[in-house]
Amino acid sequence: MDAHQAAELAARASYGRLVAYLASRWRDLARAEDALGDSLVAALETWPRTGVPGKPEAWLLTAARRHLVDGARHTKVEAAALADLRLVVDEAHEAMSAEAVFPDERLKLLFTCAHPAIDEAARTPLMLQTVLGLDAARIASAFLVAPAAMGQRLVRVKAKIRGAGIRFAIPEPPELPARLEAVLEAIYAAYGSGWEDVAGSDPRRRGLAEEAIWLGRLVVGLLPDEPEARGLLALMLHCEARRGARRSLGGAYVPLTQQDIGLWSRPMIEEAEEILADAARSGRPGRFQLEAAIQSAHAQRAVTGRTDWGAIALLYEGLLRCAPTIGARVGHAAALGELRGAEAGLAALEAIPADAVRTYQPYWALRAHLLKTLRRSEQAEQAYDRAMALSEDAAVREFLADQAAR
Amino acid sequence: MKYTVLIYEREADFKARTDETRKGAYWGAYRAYTLALQEAGVMIGGAGLEPPHMATTVRQQHGQRQVQDGPFAEAKEQLGGYYVIEVPDLDKALEWAARCPAASTGAVEVRPNLSM
Repeated sequence: MDAHQAAELAARASYGRLVAYLASRWRDLARAEDALGDSLVAALETWPRTGVPGKPEAWLLTAARRHLVDGARHTKVEAAALADLRLVVDEAHEAMSAEAVFPDERLKLLFTCAHPAIDEAARTPLMLQTVLGLDAARIASAFLVAPAAMGQRLVRVKAKIRGAGIRFAIPEPPELPARLEAVLEAIYAAYGSGWEDVAGSDPRRRGLAEEAIWLGRLVVGLLPDEPEARGLLALMLHCEARRGARRSLGGAYVPLTQQDIGLWSRPMIEEAEEILADAARSGRPGRFQLEAAIQSAHAQRAVTGRTDWGAIALLYEGLLRCAPTIGARVGHAAALGELRGAEAGLAALEAIPADAVRTYQPYWALRAHLLKTLRRSEQAEQAYDRAMALSEDAAVREFLADQAAR
Repeated sequence: MKYTVLIYEREADFKARTDETRKGAYWGAYRAYTLALQEAGVMIGGAGLEPPHMATTVRQQHGQRQVQDGPFAEAKEQLGGYYVIEVPDLDKALEWAARCPAASTGAVEVRPNLSM
């Protein structure tokens, strides 16, 4: 690793902690980020020459403090606010130099990013930018939005956080479960945008799955007593374990039930199982634990050689009771189709309101498969057409075309 | 921070103000809410408003004054009153807004006041 890489790595590791620390005290996310950004630029110029300092965070914080105070002077912030700011950075500086544990405020930042007063579509991008330091262009491409539009959206959100007085704080216990769910959902959305990009074939999305897993680990570390945080981490690890098996060597789509178990990552599955077992010990089940348990049941095929559709259908029933999403209803129908036959699966599918599934690709793919099994060829063909039209991925389209032609 | 809590009510809420069987509950709820705001020391001001049919909307167009009967926008819920409160942050403001009687029958909007 050269000096530049070392500098980048050290800066990256500190980024979220420093933004969180500065923002939770100065209550202005955009300004905290700007100041830190300036000090990172300075660091990347200086460190490759001087070496990474023993306490890179102290170095960055001191530099950020200079930028914040200068910036405040520049914009003629009232004297009282400036004094406040000096106090904040002095206190921070002291905490760093006195060997004290540097307070980790990233959890507050995560809750701020997923506050219900913030537009849902902006929560995940905001989290990726402020906690991980990803740039707006990279986030924009992962969410298929123009970089300028994403940049604007993020600026607007930060203005709302400051203007509306959204607090950098961990919610009170009665609010915590719902607020935590929003945090976990935002992380899962980041994973989802990485998941679509199988095997990193799309360079614009590369690595978002890893970033999401990193955030998932962070939340588990910061809230060790919350089983749903563990549930989400286990869920993402189970999905990630299969990444290598989702495409054939030739690049063709391979459905879960036909994947070569030899290509699944055993260490990742084992870790997911351990984390899920830890979560289950709390006796407080929830949406993400159930979704992880469904993936765990699929992973059992690596041990038993078969898929226990009875168990999977049962888990989906539990999931439908606590989170009756369209995805869960389609998953349940698929499990019933395997367990009791295509007729039963189709009946469950048709119980879903048509409005909710008009553009939901998995619904049409499953519907096509079930109709084909029932030899209702004409309807099957229509469903395959719709499923293909709704697929973003060329390999999935080819797979569906192949199925339809059989 | 100062926030304005805007109270949006449905027609049924406006009618409840004078309905013999419902007015007791309606005004009782607002009296209790206002008292709670005052006792917590967060209330700065506010007013109840007459129903939308009492509203008159004015626009100045091309130097001409245009006066129109009724509220400026037709909607199922209409502004029925507002409170101005002072609390530390949005979460606290939302907490108070959720307790407002209109939160369960109409809608309550919370906006930070411009600081001047």
